[in-house]
Amino acid sequence: MDMVVSLLKKTLAGAEGEFLLETDVKIACGGITAIAGTSGSGKTTFLRMLAGLTTPDEGFLEVDGEVWFRGERGKTPRVNLKPQQRKVGVVFQGYALFPHMSVLGNLLYASRDRDMAEKLLSMIGLQQLRHVKPPNLSGGQKQRVALARALMQQPRILLLDEPLSALDETIKALLQDELLKVNREFGVTILIVTHDSSEIYKLCDRVLLFEKGRIIADTSPRKLLVEHATTQKFAFRGEVLELRAVDAVHVAVVAIGNNLVEVVIDKDEKENLNAGDSVMVGTKAFSPTVRKFEKQAFDVSKL
Amino acid sequence: MSTGFDMEPFLLSFRLAAITTLLLFVLSVPLAWKLSRTRSVFKPFIEALISMPIVLPPTVLGFYLLIFLSERSPLGMFLHQRFNIDLVFTFEGILIASCVYSFPFMLQPLQSGMEQIAEEFLEASYALGKSRFDTLLHVILPNIKPSILTGLIITFAHTVGEFGVVLMVGGSIQGETRVASIAIYELVELMDYRAAHGYSFVLVAFSFTVLAIVYILNYRKRASA
Repeated sequence: MDMVVSLLKKTLAGAEGEFLLETDVKIACGGITAIAGTSGSGKTTFLRMLAGLTTPDEGFLEVDGEVWFRGERGKTPRVNLKPQQRKVGVVFQGYALFPHMSVLGNLLYASRDRDMAEKLLSMIGLQQLRHVKPPNLSGGQKQRVALARALMQQPRILLLDEPLSALDETIKALLQDELLKVNREFGVTILIVTHDSSEIYKLCDRVLLFEKGRIIADTSPRKLLVEHATTQKFAFRGEVLELRAVDAVHVAVVAIGNNLVEVVIDKDEKENLNAGDSVMVGTKAFSPTVRKFEKQAFDVSKL
Repeated sequence: MSTGFDMEPFLLSFRLAAITTLLLFVLSVPLAWKLSRTRSVFKPFIEALISMPIVLPPTVLGFYLLIFLSERSPLGMFLHQRFNIDLVFTFEGILIASCVYSFPFMLQPLQSGMEQIAEEFLEASYALGKSRFDTLLHVILPNIKPSILTGLIITFAHTVGEFGVVLMVGGSIQGETRVASIAIYELVELMDYRAAHGYSFVLVAFSFTVLAIVYILNYRKRASA
């Protein structure tokens, strides 16, 4: 069954003039869909139109069998539910936690359901911090509270706008597991704007690739990321922590998720690498190699 | 002729200031909210109109208010015939005049406080199913407490300190419109310098205390930001 049927259009002002955002897409119930693409391609606007925070110029939107928007260009929309009437959970890029309310207060503001608040607090492991105010939380903790708050009203769809982009790799991995748990336990359909290819790969069952307002690819993460972008049998993205010389060879210590690996590198590779670089660790003919991670690993032009 | 220290003008001043502050707060919150979120072409004109009392001589404002509120104006005639209310030389009259005169001192701090609240907080509240009113009450107002306090204190103090407008609209009727500032003016005219000194000292001490509180609040706000 389709959870979201979107046929929304809106003219947007981009860096190179106006372009039309067209979203002709159906999203099945219960999955996690990535919304990827270059910045300024309309990803965030798409989420905002789903949440009712931005009004489309024309089109149609149905969620869970209920029409949320129907309108023609240049006319007042025939149906346009307010954000308050739409059952969506939104996690904003800057979290938007209310600074004057405690963690628990933020959850209870969404809904007076104490049992639900307790359940979510224990799920995200923040029972101890229930009375703390958001300015005193770390980035990862804020992110968790924002996620829990968005779930308080048991939304049918959960919209996340680059939720993990500001966090370091270890916290990211933990929160990705939590998102998967949320998806399974609540059966909520998740749409997530992300640039992070490993995140897309780990979390999502589908990727919508946006470019200049159009969805230019609608496929599985595997197809988009692995089959097009790499030729290697296996490869992991990681971060170089340290480069050091051991006897006659050079060794790179690379953090991949929660694991640390030591990889032997040759002299030329050492010249090219610095601590803090993002790298791909892969194999060629059974010996591990390290190469600098290209940001455009899933460049549109390579598809 | 020495009258001794009469508290009545002070009580009248404080009563006028308290009611003015309360009325203006209720009026200013929705207006400041609207102005802080609008991009209407009329916005600068509305802001200019409300801020006029800051630059206009109080006599000019008092003169127009006197004409506007008098029995011969359409409003005055209507109120007199319908409700038997007269606004000139009455407490109600100087209350209306005070509200006009002190309006910008309440509106501006509230509006600038609200303008600093990120749109994301409002959107988050709407997405959580909360109405605009709920959002105003539970998200906006608690986050601009220093601005609210500044608005309340400055409006109160400014109303206590007004002179010209009250004199034009209210005259000096004992127990009705003779507020502290006007009482001092009359005492000086009567050459009762002793009483004038007493009254003036109270106002000096009051103004200093109020301004010190406002500055302390502002420093706290900056420190917590």
